[in-house]
Amino acid sequence: MLNENTTVLAQGGPNPLFPHIPETIIGLISFAILYFFVHKYVVPRFEKIYQERSQRIEGGIARAEEAQAEAQRTLEQYKEQLAEARSEAARIRDDARAEGQQIVEEMRAQAQAESDRIVNQGQAQLAAQRSQIVAELRADLGRQAVDLASRVVGESLEDETRRRGTVDRFLDELEATSAPSGSTSS
Amino acid sequence: MSTPVLAADGGEFQPPGVGSFDFPPIVAGITKPMVLLVLSIIIVGVFFWAALRKSSLVPGKMQFAAESTYDFVRNSIGRDMIGGKDLRPYLPLLVTVFTFILVNNVFGFVPFLQLPTMSNPGVPYGIALIVWLVYNGAGFARHGAVGYLKHQTWPPGVPGWIRPLVTPLEFISNILVRPLTLSLRLFANMFAGHLVLLVFILGGEYLLLHGGVLGMVAGPLALILSIVLMFFELVIQFLQAYIFTMLTASYIGGAVAEEH
Repeated sequence: MLNENTTVLAQGGPNPLFPHIPETIIGLISFAILYFFVHKYVVPRFEKIYQERSQRIEGGIARAEEAQAEAQRTLEQYKEQLAEARSEAARIRDDARAEGQQIVEEMRAQAQAESDRIVNQGQAQLAAQRSQIVAELRADLGRQAVDLASRVVGESLEDETRRRGTVDRFLDELEATSAPSGSTSS
Repeated sequence: MSTPVLAADGGEFQPPGVGSFDFPPIVAGITKPMVLLVLSIIIVGVFFWAALRKSSLVPGKMQFAAESTYDFVRNSIGRDMIGGKDLRPYLPLLVTVFTFILVNNVFGFVPFLQLPTMSNPGVPYGIALIVWLVYNGAGFARHGAVGYLKHQTWPPGVPGWIRPLVTPLEFISNILVRPLTLSLRLFANMFAGHLVLLVFILGGEYLLLHGGVLGMVAGPLALILSIVLMFFELVIQFLQAYIFTMLTASYIGGAVAEEH
């Protein structure tokens, strides 16, 4: 084998490490053409696609974030409004309660005043009536007592002096008994 | 083992060798690799053009295929090796290197073409030279001449007494031999892979036709194995395109990096 190989080399096979120069030139020209094409067309197109794609994705993310922020804002607003409405309602309720309380107080005071007035009026009326009755009774009582006594005693009251004394005494007594009640009523 | 069989048969088996890669011009100095080179850029160009002609944000089948290729170079190779904002200017180079080498390699698998263009060293040399110019140029532009040389040959944190040894080594490895290793790795893989296939196919054929009884068994076996190897080669063809592109990105990334 070895022998054969050396004979092949000896037979004038070219050194495999030695380049075939025209081939190198064609290779370089081909390479340059391909490079030009890739440089001018392929890479820019692909990079553009990559960029667009990433922009599309980033844009989508940005939009999603925006929507989320919007939703968050709306939620905040809604919560705020809700809280406002709640406090408003509470305030109204408090007001109503206070107002009601006030009304009740007023009513009560009014009723109290009314009742006081009625009671006072009644009492005054009662007192007036009483003093009137007392005065009437007092006048009446003297007269009627004298009438009754004259009827009982009749014409037998010769002793004028005695009689006058008796009546006066009686009246004085009467006065004495009715005086305390008369002083209180007046 | 096969030599005695061949010898017994008496026919002269001419094993495939380096001569198998020396193609006579088809017409007027144009060789098969040249045709393949032109064909490769047409294929890549049409592929991308067809995919991007009606490009949209939601890719179709064609665009998806092209985009996967582009995405592979951009994100799996480029972005790992070159930092984010430095990547964009070198993307066209990386995409071109990857697709150009890949298609030319895979020609070794395509029926009727069946020759990886890179199994001749001319084109790998050329591309490696371009890569060498680009990454050194990028380094010079970024750090200035002195700064770049220091950047490539003066690794920080190395003890002073070892500098006389390290600095020349770094210079040789980072500046001088990179284009050689880059191109030879690609060329040698394609060359060897193609040669192995040739041996299996031509040898199998020879055994089948001239190998006697033993050859009737060994020949078909070799041909079947050659098919298996062809798929194995397909993996290597892809891998070499990937490695070449990754190293290109790595060299550029290293040259423009702020620190080691």
